[in-house]
Amino acid sequence: MTIATFADAGLVLLVLTIGASTIFARRAFDAVIAFVVYGLLLAIVWVRLSAIDVALTEAAIGGGMTGMLLLGAAARLRAVEFDSFAAALPVRLCAGFLCALAAAGLAGALLLSPKVVLSLAPAVMENLPRTGLGNPVAGVLFAYRALDTLLEKVVLLLALLGVWSLAPNQAWNGIPGLRIYDQPNTTLTFLAQILPPVGIVVGIYMCWVGANEPGGAFQGGTILAAMWLLVIIARLADAPSTGNTWLRIGLVFGPVVFLSVGLAGLVLANAFLAYPPGYAKPLIVAIEVALTISIAAALAMLAAGPPKPVQQQ
Amino acid sequence: MAFARDLFTVLALVAGALFFLAGTVGLIRFPDQLTRLHALTKVDNLGLGLVILGLLPQADGWFGAFKLVSVWLLVQFSGAVVTQLIAGALRERGPCA
Amino acid sequence: MSDATLFGLCGAALAGLGLYGLVTHPEPLRKILAFNLLGSGVFLVFGFVSRRAATAGVPGDPVPQAMVITAIVVAFAATALAIALVLRLLEQTGRATLSSDDPASATGEKGNS
Repeated sequence: MTIATFADAGLVLLVLTIGASTIFARRAFDAVIAFVVYGLLLAIVWVRLSAIDVALTEAAIGGGMTGMLLLGAAARLRAVEFDSFAAALPVRLCAGFLCALAAAGLAGALLLSPKVVLSLAPAVMENLPRTGLGNPVAGVLFAYRALDTLLEKVVLLLALLGVWSLAPNQAWNGIPGLRIYDQPNTTLTFLAQILPPVGIVVGIYMCWVGANEPGGAFQGGTILAAMWLLVIIARLADAPSTGNTWLRIGLVFGPVVFLSVGLAGLVLANAFLAYPPGYAKPLIVAIEVALTISIAAALAMLAAGPPKPVQQQ
Repeated sequence: MAFARDLFTVLALVAGALFFLAGTVGLIRFPDQLTRLHALTKVDNLGLGLVILGLLPQADGWFGAFKLVSVWLLVQFSGAVVTQLIAGALRERGPCA
Repeated sequence: MSDATLFGLCGAALAGLGLYGLVTHPEPLRKILAFNLLGSGVFLVFGFVSRRAATAGVPGDPVPQAMVITAIVVAFAATALAIALVLRLLEQTGRATLSSDDPASATGEKGNS
């Protein structure tokens, strides 16, 4: 029992309490605020689990971007909100008992897990110098399981297509209905002039440093997306219309580069997504750069929502 | 030398935590939203500043110290701007529930 | 690794909480919130698996960590699509519920959703 155990127990208690208040809050707005705090506390938990890349991703995407989406939705749904827990008490008790059973089953599986730990970590670390990377998670994402990362990027684009297709017919190729301030607000303009340069530098740094230290394309791309959204919300730039050619090129740039490197690997290294020896690190860095641009565009457009009919101009 | 450094870190962190506690008590107990914003601003500036000051001797090299100080400056900046935005919205629309 | 076990159990509890919220809340937005809670609980279980494989040179197994990073991004994409659907439902029908009952008469009465 060390000090660290007490700190961990306190952190777990905090996380469970905030998670419970997300579920049991009366109003949706309170639940969403609790969820954002929960996401940030989870990032600390991930650092304690020695998964720094995951902590960065959770803080950026799980806490930040998801929180922004949910806050906007809670604001719009406030008018039609009705009292939660319309379900009767016996239903809730039964559901609670069964969910406790499910959680207990999961906990039992954790505690009774086999003593001999099968893991691929030794194989990962052994072959990491051949890829030229210093960050094992980047190695897994771009060298060992590159197919997963490529498909994940395609999933992002498919979700964006799904969001765009929810627009009414006459609004196709329109401007996303991201809620911006009605009149120019000097405080927000000040923030949107000072913060984005810093944010862009931090985002590029995170993508660049991800090859050797915690970081990577997803984390850097999220920060770039957040800076772009801030500039749009403060009316310093217009939201691009969804039919904008440059936007669409930026969105597919990452997967296209990734796919072409993979197909070139078929020719040059005898397997799809294999890298020719000695060229692994430059190719991976090039893929990460292209992916950062695409991820920034895709995440920003996902948060902006479907195009709206041109009524407010 | 290491003992003096660790002692300084612990003292600064405890002082920062006390400011955080005071700010949280203010957030819960103050009567209306403007006074609660005021309590939070104190926490943002002084509490976080003391915590960062306490962590500076433990940072690794100048770059690590620079990152810590820039974290403090960014939180101060965004906290100040968001406080102004919330206060402006309160003045326009009045306190919402 | 007792610290990893503590966080793994926390993840199991969060998964149970999220499942409860997903089942009992009638509003789609609360269901989406609970779904995210359920997902993050499962990710914590993955974090437990990753930490358990830690040795002297490796602080955590990177393969589950990479899977969790992928999963967080995909969960965000799913949440964005779900919220767009809920807002479109609000625009089309004026209400944000999937139940066919009138919400004004649902006070205390269980809907058949």
